Amino acid sequence: MSRPRPYLLLAPALAVVIVLFGGGLLLAVGQSLGLWPIIGPSQLSTAAYRTMLADAAVWRSLALTVWVGVMSTAVSTTLALICALALRRPLRGQRWVNFLFQLNIPIPHLVGAIAMLLLFSQSGLLARLAYAGGLIHEPSEFPALVYDRYGIGIMLEYVWKTTCFTGVILLANLQALGADYEAAAQTLGAGRWQRLRYVTLPLLRPALLSSSILVFAFTFGAFEVPFLLGQRANSVLPVLAYRRYVDDDLNTRPEAMALSVLISVVSLALIWGYRRTINNEQ
Amino acid sequence: MSNEQETRGGVLNRVVRWLIVAAVLVPFVPLVIWSFGFRWYFPDLWPTVWSGRAWLSLAAAQTRVGLALWNSLWVATAVTLLSLLIGIPAGRALGLHRFRGKAVVEILILAPTIVPTLAVAMGIHIAFIRLGLADTPLGVVLVHLVPVTPYMILIMSSVFGNYDVAYEFQAQTLGARPWQVWRYITLPAIFPGMVVGSLFAFLISWSQYLLTLLIGGGRVLTLPVLLFSIATSGDNALTAALALVFIAPAILFLLLTSRYLTGRNLVLNT
Repeated sequence: MSRPRPYLLLAPALAVVIVLFGGGLLLAVGQSLGLWPIIGPSQLSTAAYRTMLADAAVWRSLALTVWVGVMSTAVSTTLALICALALRRPLRGQRWVNFLFQLNIPIPHLVGAIAMLLLFSQSGLLARLAYAGGLIHEPSEFPALVYDRYGIGIMLEYVWKTTCFTGVILLANLQALGADYEAAAQTLGAGRWQRLRYVTLPLLRPALLSSSILVFAFTFGAFEVPFLLGQRANSVLPVLAYRRYVDDDLNTRPEAMALSVLISVVSLALIWGYRRTINNEQ
Repeated sequence: MSNEQETRGGVLNRVVRWLIVAAVLVPFVPLVIWSFGFRWYFPDLWPTVWSGRAWLSLAAAQTRVGLALWNSLWVATAVTLLSLLIGIPAGRALGLHRFRGKAVVEILILAPTIVPTLAVAMGIHIAFIRLGLADTPLGVVLVHLVPVTPYMILIMSSVFGNYDVAYEFQAQTLGARPWQVWRYITLPAIFPGMVVGSLFAFLISWSQYLLTLLIGGGRVLTLPVLLFSIATSGDNALTAALALVFIAPAILFLLLTSRYLTGRNLVLNT
């Protein structure tokens, strides 16, 4: 077979990646630097970035984004580990539990967010249960879990979805590792916790690290869940960028672009960290 | 002692399993109940009046569900077919060939799966406006290719990674024409992979909200765009019914993949 064949086969794929994805990113960077504006002259400047960095709203939004991402990642990874350990040994009804465990993976986040709204809002199912249990007397007494300052509703949705995602990865890893190492440790007199602490967890480290990075990177750039469940006063970076983009004032567009470039740069840095983690652990 | 410890572990194990099942399923409960609830005010735990109104009104013209369903279906189908055309050759190149720059190509192809699509969509919007692609279904299909094709390529390249190209040579030696080689050797071998890749592609396109909203500009009404606007309008019953329609392909997808791939289960290997 001739030499250039693989490149020819890859041409359509590279066209999508380079023209649509790369082109889109490049246009975003260009517009964040003052090029190709909707109105006015095209002029290279870092004004949008300077405005962005001087804007207290941006810093508040960044803090919320990191907070939501770190908390969701930590909680969902811990829960996923517990789930994977529990689902590891086959028991009766295993196939059903495994099926259900994967059930929410293909469910779109938008539907997850709607479900959280119906469950956790102040007139949601949980508030009604609290009323039935005599804990509250009217909806406003129920703690604000959605549209709240701390992004709790957003975190609940992320934890619901990503626990299963991480859990499936951890479970696959556990099954690939087998039980030999732990059996050896048991023969040498290690108890349950010792086996978990000194054998299982170190073996799972690469999977735990890489899935945490993936989950955090996802939460950092995700849009629809905070768009539906977040507070209007302070929203996460992607929602802030979107709001600035669709603002009637066209002058906020470069700043919206700068925000979206910032989000992309952080994501790229995370991927770089992810690849390094994978390479180092192997 | 060890035995007693294991039994205790077994009970804990069972409890955790039930908690998992509950935690996964509970969020679907209000969706299902609400879709049939007509009057369901706080603090009732149960609707006082049940009705199929929400389900019936999905078919009514003024809710625009039919239009959104049609748009979603054909956009996702077009995206799936295009991504097959792009992904099969690319998967073949990555699965069967070694060439200079392969590592770079692999990173490039993975990039759109991790970098959020927000910057891409906002950046490319201006080009699409100039080209007349903004606010059109074609523009939406094109921009959906960004998140979809990487998955198709990944799946097809792993399919071709397990593919024995020697059968093609054998067929050629026996006088098969190129299209015959494709029809009788390649296609049957990669078909299961194409099915899985297509399900992924369809579902990813089906679920896109932000890209459709930005590039379609509200003019290209797909199910997620409609669902979001109904969800913020406060009609919980209609929201819940539409959400259930929206996730139907996802559930179907899960049932299909868990049977199609291994006869049992893809990831968990049970």
